[in-house]
Amino acid sequence: MTATATKPTVTPAARTRSAGPDRSAGRRRSSTIIVTALLVVVALYFLIPVYWVFVASTKSTSDLFSTNGFWFAPTFSLWENLGRVVSYDHGIFGRWFLNSAIYAGVGALLATYFAAAGGYALAKYEFKGRNLVFGTILGGVLVPGTATALPLFLLFSQMGLANTYWSVLLPSLVSPFGLFLCRIYAQATVDTSLIEAARIDGAGELRIFHTIGLKVLTPALVTVFLFQLVGIWNNYFLPLVMLSDSELYPITLGLNNWLSQVDRLPEFYELTTGGVLLSIIPLSIAMIVLQRFWRGGLTEGAVK
Amino acid sequence: MTTTRVAPGAERQAQTPRRGKRTGAAGRAPWLLLAPFLALFALTFLLPIVVAILSSFTKVTRNGLFGEAGVTSEFAGFGNYAQAMADGSFVASIGRMLLFGIVQVPVMIVLCTVLALMLESASAKWPGFFRAAYFMPYGVPGVIATILWSFLYVPGLSPLFDAAKLVGLTPDFLGANSVLWSIANIVTWSYTGYNMLIIVAQLKAIPVELYEAAKVDGASTWRVARSIQLPLIRPALMLTTVFSIIGTLQLFAEAQVLKTVAPAIDSQYTPNLSAYTTAFAYNDYNVAAAQSVIIAVAAFALSFAFLALTNRKSS
Repeated sequence: MTATATKPTVTPAARTRSAGPDRSAGRRRSSTIIVTALLVVVALYFLIPVYWVFVASTKSTSDLFSTNGFWFAPTFSLWENLGRVVSYDHGIFGRWFLNSAIYAGVGALLATYFAAAGGYALAKYEFKGRNLVFGTILGGVLVPGTATALPLFLLFSQMGLANTYWSVLLPSLVSPFGLFLCRIYAQATVDTSLIEAARIDGAGELRIFHTIGLKVLTPALVTVFLFQLVGIWNNYFLPLVMLSDSELYPITLGLNNWLSQVDRLPEFYELTTGGVLLSIIPLSIAMIVLQRFWRGGLTEGAVK
Repeated sequence: MTTTRVAPGAERQAQTPRRGKRTGAAGRAPWLLLAPFLALFALTFLLPIVVAILSSFTKVTRNGLFGEAGVTSEFAGFGNYAQAMADGSFVASIGRMLLFGIVQVPVMIVLCTVLALMLESASAKWPGFFRAAYFMPYGVPGVIATILWSFLYVPGLSPLFDAAKLVGLTPDFLGANSVLWSIANIVTWSYTGYNMLIIVAQLKAIPVELYEAAKVDGASTWRVARSIQLPLIRPALMLTTVFSIIGTLQLFAEAQVLKTVAPAIDSQYTPNLSAYTTAFAYNDYNVAAAQSVIIAVAAFALSFAFLALTNRKSS
């Protein structure tokens, strides 16, 4: 209702705007204090569990249960705890960490490249079956990942791929949402006349994609890469279904393995809290640093 | 598989170019570019879906005491579906997720919208810091987030109980009635910041001229939020809601990990946990496939119902 009333003003020309716009109509000092206070309270909610796990990982097992959870114990045993996390079971934690890095890093990199190539092809070429292909892939965006994991396991075990690196890596290479974003972005930004000019210069189609296409698509590629990186790093169901060898576990599966042993052996509390602390550090830092790119890429995709 | 199916089409394309400048190479190029994606898409999406649907209509019988006389499979019609729907625990798990979704999804969407509007209002100080703080949990895998919160839910370990005692409360986060909302808290903690970022992105796309016009008209902050911002971020709200609905029906890691400390969570607490248990504890892959199909269809149906409902309202 209101949207239709305001829509005519959203002309392409209106989109160009100066940096740091004043987005408020009417604002007072008291509202600044109230809004900021509310934001602080919400920030506490998001940060306290992380603060707790940091405090907990500085304590010995006995202190963990006898001292206040929100404050440090007299004995500071963070380094001993982390040392035990890293050295337990011949450094299995490092192995899990490396596995996660391989699954997420390699998976996200290749998935981004494949999504870029596919999205570019669907945006910049007219060919028979284009709409059918795009429609099928778009349907894939809505298929829950966990719905395909079970049948994929049956399929991979028949092919002898279950319980290998490939069983987790191969499904991670496909990002229908990434292709969707790349197609939107390529339609809006890759200049067809630039492609035609390159063709006249005698450049091959694949070469045009690799030189012009990838370069222009870079902002969208960063977004797709980050989405996929976090998606694979956070994935639990797929590796749980596929892997039985703990040497192949990603960090999520490994830490859950440790947690399931705390009932019998309380020392696993320290291992788990220390391991959780170590595992959330890299991606939390990545989130904080990279959220700028993330937002930028998403805006381009949403607006165009 | 895909490439063989694709090749004849590409050749025909090359023989009958619609435009004079289309050469054979240009006709093949899109399929070449699409090939790696399509091959992997066929392997990890299409094929498993076909396998799931086929095996959900198949009944496997093991002959002999341990299946040593071979297995026979036959068409089972809707037998597996009937068996899945006759399983009270599985149906209950779907009902549980509906209840979960009806409460948790609106709470999360309202929370992330309010946060996005507050961060984008000129009244907020240090928006960059808050945005990063709210988004940070998205980088914590669901399993790790659940381990983190499970420590805070366990009496004796958690400082929350000491804090609650001060105000005379004795909470039970892992009881039969409360554990569902403890899971809802974990999900809200994990995804609010992510959804907020999607909405912030759309808010940033609103042209400044609209704000300026509102200012000239003397509109209040509330009025700007209600008449300009909320209508224009509708697409982002719909996107986040649909993804949240799909995510709710898929809920698995949180329940499965919390199960180790919460006896109230059984092995069929969520639909996905139920399918997982059916497949790997009972080794009944065919019924598990039927359950997977039911979950996917339910997610589709709910998403479309939501979209249809909101579209009808707006027109």
